[in-house]
Amino acid sequence: MTSPEQSSGPLPMIRFNGITKTYDGGRPAVDDLSMDIDRGRITVFVGPSGCGKTTSLRMINRMVEPTSGTILLDGQDVALQKAAELRRSMGYVMQSSGLMPHRSVIDNIATVPRLNGVPRAEARVRAKELLDVVGLASELGRRYPGQLSGGQQQRVGVARALAADPPVLLMDEPFSAVDPVVRAELQEELLRLQRDLAKTIVFVTHDIDEATILGDKVAVFAVGGRLAQFAAPEEILRAPVDDFVAGFVGRDRGFRHLSFQQGDHVTVHPIETIEVDQLADPTVSVRSAWTLLVDADGRPHGWVPQATRGSITTQADAVPGGSLYTRGDTLRRALDAALSSPSGLGVAVDDDGRAIGIVRAAEVFELIEGARLDRGRADHNTAV
Amino acid sequence: MDWVQGIVEYIPANAALLRELTGNHLVQSILPIVFGVLIAVPLAQIARLNRPAGAAMLTASSLLYTIPSLAMFVFLPLVLGTSILSMVNVVVALTIYAVALLMRSTVDALNSIDDGVRQAAVAMGYTPLRRFLTVDLPLSVPVLIAGVRVISVTNISMVSVGALIGVPSLGRLFTDGLTRNYPEQIAVGILVTLLLALVLDLLLVLLERVLTPWTRATPARTARAAALEARTVAA
Ligand SMILES: Nc1ncnc2c1ncn2[C@@H]1O[C@H](COP(=O)(O)OP(=O)(O)O)[C@@H](O)[C@H]1O
Ligand SMILES: [Mg+2]
Repeated sequence: MTSPEQSSGPLPMIRFNGITKTYDGGRPAVDDLSMDIDRGRITVFVGPSGCGKTTSLRMINRMVEPTSGTILLDGQDVALQKAAELRRSMGYVMQSSGLMPHRSVIDNIATVPRLNGVPRAEARVRAKELLDVVGLASELGRRYPGQLSGGQQQRVGVARALAADPPVLLMDEPFSAVDPVVRAELQEELLRLQRDLAKTIVFVTHDIDEATILGDKVAVFAVGGRLAQFAAPEEILRAPVDDFVAGFVGRDRGFRHLSFQQGDHVTVHPIETIEVDQLADPTVSVRSAWTLLVDADGRPHGWVPQATRGSITTQADAVPGGSLYTRGDTLRRALDAALSSPSGLGVAVDDDGRAIGIVRAAEVFELIEGARLDRGRADHNTAV
Repeated sequence: MDWVQGIVEYIPANAALLRELTGNHLVQSILPIVFGVLIAVPLAQIARLNRPAGAAMLTASSLLYTIPSLAMFVFLPLVLGTSILSMVNVVVALTIYAVALLMRSTVDALNSIDDGVRQAAVAMGYTPLRRFLTVDLPLSVPVLIAGVRVISVTNISMVSVGALIGVPSLGRLFTDGLTRNYPEQIAVGILVTLLLALVLDLLLVLLERVLTPWTRATPARTARAAALEARTVAA
């Protein structure tokens, strides 16, 4: 099925060619996998536990040898390369960061350059720069890994993987063991880093949300090591190929898919506002059912319902607002702003966080419907 | 308290002899530790990499340990061609015991390393030898030294047995003290032996501290690490 695709286009960074892996006579952990991994992009392997994601990833750097098939790295069969050298040409980040507990953070980051023969002093200078790149204070460099939080350890793990500036990064559930807030932060930073570095990243996760946030392309693995679907995340959410993928992608996929629809066309309506320092003055009345409370800079701070205006005299009395929709964000953000707002009106802000008006859920739905019709027409046209 | 005075007087009066015997005793107990570690560590690694061979090696080493030390001291000169009075016999015999004892604890020490760290080292591109020397070995030091401390105490007491066949060590104070019915000399022998065992153990504890700074850094500085973390988040 994938072979016609494989013969076209530029040389892929990594090509799986009929790869099967069977551990000690059991059922295959990976079953006849063929796929191309694009250069300079993030490819995510996602699927339930035990479906062969880690095995597939580790065959790329020969930590696991395939039972049959070949893997080409930049056109070269990895089986013909020296394993240790091959691994140094790829960064590897794992779930528990796998840092060396007996080495300082700096020396951990300097590991691969040191293995490549770079002098210690030089390797450490580069390692210090990398601390900054991954957003860690330079004082942390002297600590041992055991003295860092989980999130910090993962950052060090990423820095270590980047130290020798490898073209390929292999990441095996690197953010699974940290709490959701830190995870979101790390995901955002990986995307920020990737904008500058443009590495070929193979990223393993069991979390479909993470897969769609990070992946330029997503490979959904099914139990038994079968590649069920390999496509852009938007397509996986919109058009899962079978029941397995649909089930795995989950109930919220319709909502998640909105993340891929730009909200440029959402209409922003004007809204009545009242400033924080006007609240104490009872002569300042409000005319709308819901009036937006803003500070002197125009930033939103909740809502003042007309019905209870009299009892609201300080900012603390106001009804807390929902999520904010920054102009130009995705439809998912626009809809969430409207649905999470106590007034049903989603607060829209500009890039500086100043309120510019409100968006309405009904209008976002109209845009969603419109986009669906457009897509239907497009699909129909290509089919003809 | 006559015998206390006897002991106190014995020491300066026999300083030269004590120095010589203590020196002999130390050589015969420390060399087997050093050789034992040097031999047991690679053997343990081989045992880990090759399971059937490893099981056989561990059984053999347990058997070796059941040979009585006196028998070994008497038998070794026949094999090595050394004089029966040579310290070499004791050093070789105790090295064999040290290897036998250390094999198992070294296998345990090497197995004590977090598998994640080992996997990471492989993924980083360590060659097997370099990984063994710079990752596995340093990380196994705490468990390894626990094993060595047992050997060191055992050796200090076993060296004395050599005195039965005439190899010079603090054990001579016992054999000699017995034939001459000289309890003060025996008491001094016990005291010095105990002291040696204590000092050696202390040195090993110190060695462990020097070799494993990271194990203590963790609890001591967590508060500061937490403060730094707060700063990074705020920034
Ligand atoms: N070293 C191994 N020896 C034997 N079986 C293994 C080994 N590693 C993984 N497996 C098996 O292979 C299958 C796929 O595992 P893995 O690649 O780790 O899946 P995933 O990363 O998707 O959770 C599982 O059934 C697992 O039990
Ligand atoms: Mg896995």
